[in-house]
Amino acid sequence: MIRQLTITAALVMGLGSGAALAAGKAGHVEDFDFSFEGPFGSYDQNQLQRGLQVYTEICAACHGLELVPIRTIGDEGGPHLPEEQVRAYAEFWEVFDRSLNGGEGDFRMATPNDFFPGSAMETAPDLSLMAKARAGFSGPYGLGLNQLFKGMGGAEYIASLMTGYTGEEKEEAGTILYENTAFPGGWISMAPPLYGDDVIYADGHSTDLEHVSEDVAAFLMWAAEPKMMARKQAGFTGVLMLTILTVLLYLTNKRIWAPVKKKAKAEAAE
Amino acid sequence: MSGIPHDHYEPKSNGEKWLHKRLPIVGLMYDTIMIPTPKNLNWMWIWGIVLTFTLMLMIITGVILVMHYTPHVDHAFASVEHIMRNVNGGHMIRYMHQNGASLFFLAVYLHIFRGLYYGSYKAPREITWIIGMLIYVLMMATAFMGYVLPWGQMSFWGATVITGLFGAIPFIGDTLLVWLQGGPSIDNATLNRFFSLHYLLPFVILGLVIVHIWAFHTTGNNNPTGVEVRRTSKEEAERDTLPFWPYFVIKDLFALALILAVFFAVVGFMPNYLGHPDNYIMADPLKTPEHIVPEWYFLPFYAILRAFDDTVWAVQFVSFITGGIIDAKFFGVLAMFGAIVVMALAPWLDTSSVRSGRYRPMLKWWFWLLCVDFMVLMWVGAMPAEGIYPVIALIASAYWFAYFLIILPLLGVIEKPLPQPETIEEDFNAHVAAKGGAKAAASPTPAE
Repeated sequence: MIRQLTITAALVMGLGSGAALAAGKAGHVEDFDFSFEGPFGSYDQNQLQRGLQVYTEICAACHGLELVPIRTIGDEGGPHLPEEQVRAYAEFWEVFDRSLNGGEGDFRMATPNDFFPGSAMETAPDLSLMAKARAGFSGPYGLGLNQLFKGMGGAEYIASLMTGYTGEEKEEAGTILYENTAFPGGWISMAPPLYGDDVIYADGHSTDLEHVSEDVAAFLMWAAEPKMMARKQAGFTGVLMLTILTVLLYLTNKRIWAPVKKKAKAEAAE
Repeated sequence: MSGIPHDHYEPKSNGEKWLHKRLPIVGLMYDTIMIPTPKNLNWMWIWGIVLTFTLMLMIITGVILVMHYTPHVDHAFASVEHIMRNVNGGHMIRYMHQNGASLFFLAVYLHIFRGLYYGSYKAPREITWIIGMLIYVLMMATAFMGYVLPWGQMSFWGATVITGLFGAIPFIGDTLLVWLQGGPSIDNATLNRFFSLHYLLPFVILGLVIVHIWAFHTTGNNNPTGVEVRRTSKEEAERDTLPFWPYFVIKDLFALALILAVFFAVVGFMPNYLGHPDNYIMADPLKTPEHIVPEWYFLPFYAILRAFDDTVWAVQFVSFITGGIIDAKFFGVLAMFGAIVVMALAPWLDTSSVRSGRYRPMLKWWFWLLCVDFMVLMWVGAMPAEGIYPVIALIASAYWFAYFLIILPLLGVIEKPLPQPETIEEDFNAHVAAKGGAKAAASPTPAE
């Protein structure tokens, strides 16, 4: 509830600052709370599955994920879909296979070993790494240390972008631009992709604009950093082992130097 | 090996004698690991071990990365993502390699500034210092070329800006630039030669590191007092020193473990903290990023490069004198490389007979100002070249040169140094007693 209020408040403020944004300022990135923030945060499997659905039904119409292998949606620490569902999901896509048709290439049904298709629309960027390419957090004082607790800010940027449309439009050199409070410069050529109630979730989760935006942002964070869970675990193990080693070496060092220092103290006292 | 009298390896069994006569490798290793080391080394003397370890870490992770990387403009970016997603443990290896570069430079800067404060560059350690500077320059070249390999936006545009510097050299610049890039612009040929050199140079660095260690094992370590170890007899030398093993090996390993714990926290919890988000966008020669910013460890010298634009009178003057041959761009390039050259010449620019900054009351202040100056340059290097920033960059750059070219030569003449301890032993004993004294005062003994 509080989160929705803050988002609404942010949107209202965003509307007010639209003029400033049009002057070429950096966009406003709202600090959404995600489950994967901080050293111990982890992906919410159900949220990733919902995000995958939003990506598949809406984003994929124009955008691609060409660096992400389809099989990884079955990976632990990710959406973790069961194997038969992964296979069924793969069949949803068609991929171009160079080896078919006597070397000329042809389209065929995708298998889990294929990658997601690239962008269907030339001007739509690939989203494989977008959550890492649009890292938004730089505070406090430009040091960026808050990334340790809030994450890189890329997922927040995506969610802010989805919820940042003001409804204003303008035409510039034959292209329609849409005003967006999160987009740097304030005007984006992508039409609002989400309005709320764009998808129907099987788990009955809320489908209002904020929730759907958060879900797809979380999914794209996973797509950009699929090994985040493994990485944090390795980091945690590494820090723990090295801390123990540090303590042991500290004690060893103290003991080795003790007689030397004792002798030095005795000599100094003379 | 160090000229400090100490015990040497004595082959005992017949087998050992046989080997020692033909190849004294065990003796060499013994002398290296048992080298007499000044007792009073403080915690700033740990960076050498950290650097050696980091070099090995970079080489090992790098060799593994090469097994999965494809040096081609069409595949490089995707192959790095292949490492991040499909190679077992690949994401950790890549993040360690990426952040290892930052650890490397952090340690090398602390190592260099340690040398500047305690006068480690002074006779008879000039060769150690010069080799160290060569290692540092090679590190920068290696890091720069390594940054190009993932073929992201910052890789490409960083490479364009930095190779472009060589194009500023009069007469030969254009030819040199084409030769460096392997063509008229940054392209596949550039990527391939950078890849080749990025693999080669670390091994050159490794060779120089061995020479670096050889050099200071010949002269002996410097120490916080700058006073030399007594070499007249073994007894006296032993009062000033302790063997490297186990006293300093364990001390250094303790520090290394602590630093690695922090390093693993960065790799595990915020591995992209020091990187630039734009490098997760594949290189696009048609789209220039808004701000092209080098990695943090290049920022001080990048600031010096940009500081000397054509509004500075010195630049205008030099340009006029040379008939425009040295223009603002070339002046900036000269200043950037000059900033490293003056640092390398410190052994001959410093005229003081006292080695350690501890006994130089005036140098202390100028030295700490130099440290602040270095941080200011790093900060201003990341700022856009507009408004007040170029002025700050210019003042900070001027101080960098002034420190080496004016302050160091002058201080040796005008400064009155403080009394130095006679021996290292004296300093060590006084230091230990002072620390122990504080402890004893905290818990008074019954005798008091």
